[in-house]
Amino acid sequence: MPTRKRAKTKSETEERKGTRPFWSGTLTFGLVSVPVELYPGNRTNRAPLRMLGPEHEPLARRYYSEKTGRDLDSAEMVRGYEIDKNKYVVVTDEELERLAPEQSRDIDLRRFVDLESIPPIYFDRSYFLAPAEGSEKAYRLLVDTMAKSDLAGIATFVMRGKEYLVAIFPENGILRAETMRFADELRSPKEVGLPEKKTVPAAAVKKFERLIGQHSTRTLSLKELKDQKTDQLLKLVEKKRARHKDIVEVEEPARDEGKVVDIMEALKKSLARKRKAA
Amino acid sequence: MAARAIWKGELKVGKTKVPVKLYAALKDQSVRFHILDERSKTRVKQHMINPESGEEVANEEIQKGFEVDPGTFVILDEKELESLEPKATREIEVKTFVPPQAIAPEFYDRPYYLGPDGDQTAYFALAEALRKENREGLAHWVMRKQPYVGALRAEGDYLLLFTLRSADEVLSARDLPRPAGRAPDKKELSMAKQLVELLKGEFNPKEYQDEYRQRVMEFVEKKAKGHAPKLRLVRNKRQPASLDKILSKSIESLKKGKRAA
Repeated sequence: MPTRKRAKTKSETEERKGTRPFWSGTLTFGLVSVPVELYPGNRTNRAPLRMLGPEHEPLARRYYSEKTGRDLDSAEMVRGYEIDKNKYVVVTDEELERLAPEQSRDIDLRRFVDLESIPPIYFDRSYFLAPAEGSEKAYRLLVDTMAKSDLAGIATFVMRGKEYLVAIFPENGILRAETMRFADELRSPKEVGLPEKKTVPAAAVKKFERLIGQHSTRTLSLKELKDQKTDQLLKLVEKKRARHKDIVEVEEPARDEGKVVDIMEALKKSLARKRKAA
Repeated sequence: MAARAIWKGELKVGKTKVPVKLYAALKDQSVRFHILDERSKTRVKQHMINPESGEEVANEEIQKGFEVDPGTFVILDEKELESLEPKATREIEVKTFVPPQAIAPEFYDRPYYLGPDGDQTAYFALAEALRKENREGLAHWVMRKQPYVGALRAEGDYLLLFTLRSADEVLSARDLPRPAGRAPDKKELSMAKQLVELLKGEFNPKEYQDEYRQRVMEFVEKKAKGHAPKLRLVRNKRQPASLDKILSKSIESLKKGKRAA
């Protein structure tokens, strides 16, 4: 059957190109549900170094058994919780999946809060939520409603064997989902053992206030957030390349670590696909 | 028990120096799993191999290369990599201050508490000044061979130092096309607004617990005793009905709930 074959090839290419979302699920507010796709909002290291062997052959990282020394592929490994020294309880993916109650899989926005009222100590990682096929209308309604009020929707949900607390808010017509830490993951100053505040002379405070006032700007330039170490690494690489120094060429062996996915391209493609469909 | 400092440094604000100790602000509460060899139920380790031959390559023999074109590498030796390391200093330099809103949530990475190291007056005075002026300081420092850009912020009476993500690491929605979809009509917008208003409140972090983590732990404990409960398969549901019907139903049920409470 040629049709079926073609369909399969297409989804395979899609997977390779990385247009697949990291997770798909449902965002709900009230009784409205909006199927969404989740994509990472952070890019990984833009200049990863590759490990090479003595003949400059690209190497691969492998798991091996501590006991037998044998290399293991993913089907030969399980996840275990250590209950006693060297004694483990095995927990399967299926068990983790089934441990999440049905309602916990939805991102249910049961509360909306002022985004600026959330202390930054809670913010962890960033994701984007894109509308899934057919949910563009409800998605747009949620974005437009929230954009007017500077609010963030708060929810908890279970994704890939972990529960997340998230703040969801619109940015340029797209929903950003910022995962947050749970309160019990944060230490209090008391737990850390910081000393109680003692009264400080007003003059000491005034001195700092003056300094702060003199060196304040209204906005933060992204130039301040440059990754200088990577810039320098890339400069060194270019310099050596121009001088034809220490350059090796190898026949590219099949890579088993999965191609590095450009998240931005994946997101753009998925948003464009929706555009055509709408 | 008081936590141990993980680093010592000196905040430099203008010409004033404030000696500080750095402490972890996070504690790991996740259920810690290990990867095991399925057959022997023992731990696994990682090593580097030549994928062609399957032979292990020892650490001393590994070289690092940057792939400039597919299959073409520029080799960088240890000396060169060391030359990229910033000079070690104890200084946390704070040169500019911005309003907290100037730093978007997605830039905040790891938080650390700063505690006074000796002189407490300057420490508490700086925290108080930051709070009163409602500013965060932009900090630069080097810790364990890594250069950091961070935000210095007052939290209550104390100072927090965040590492910030670099601009390259953070994707901006501005670089993405806006999702399509018909603009909502007035009626839908006003109902959705009403719905959001009904759900508006304060952010109370203590209200949210990681219940799933507790379920996993309970399951692990039961399984360890040899009686793991049977877990049912869960299905995902879908919803029909029109958007404005659902909206008005939501508002109705929320209002009822509020009255009852």
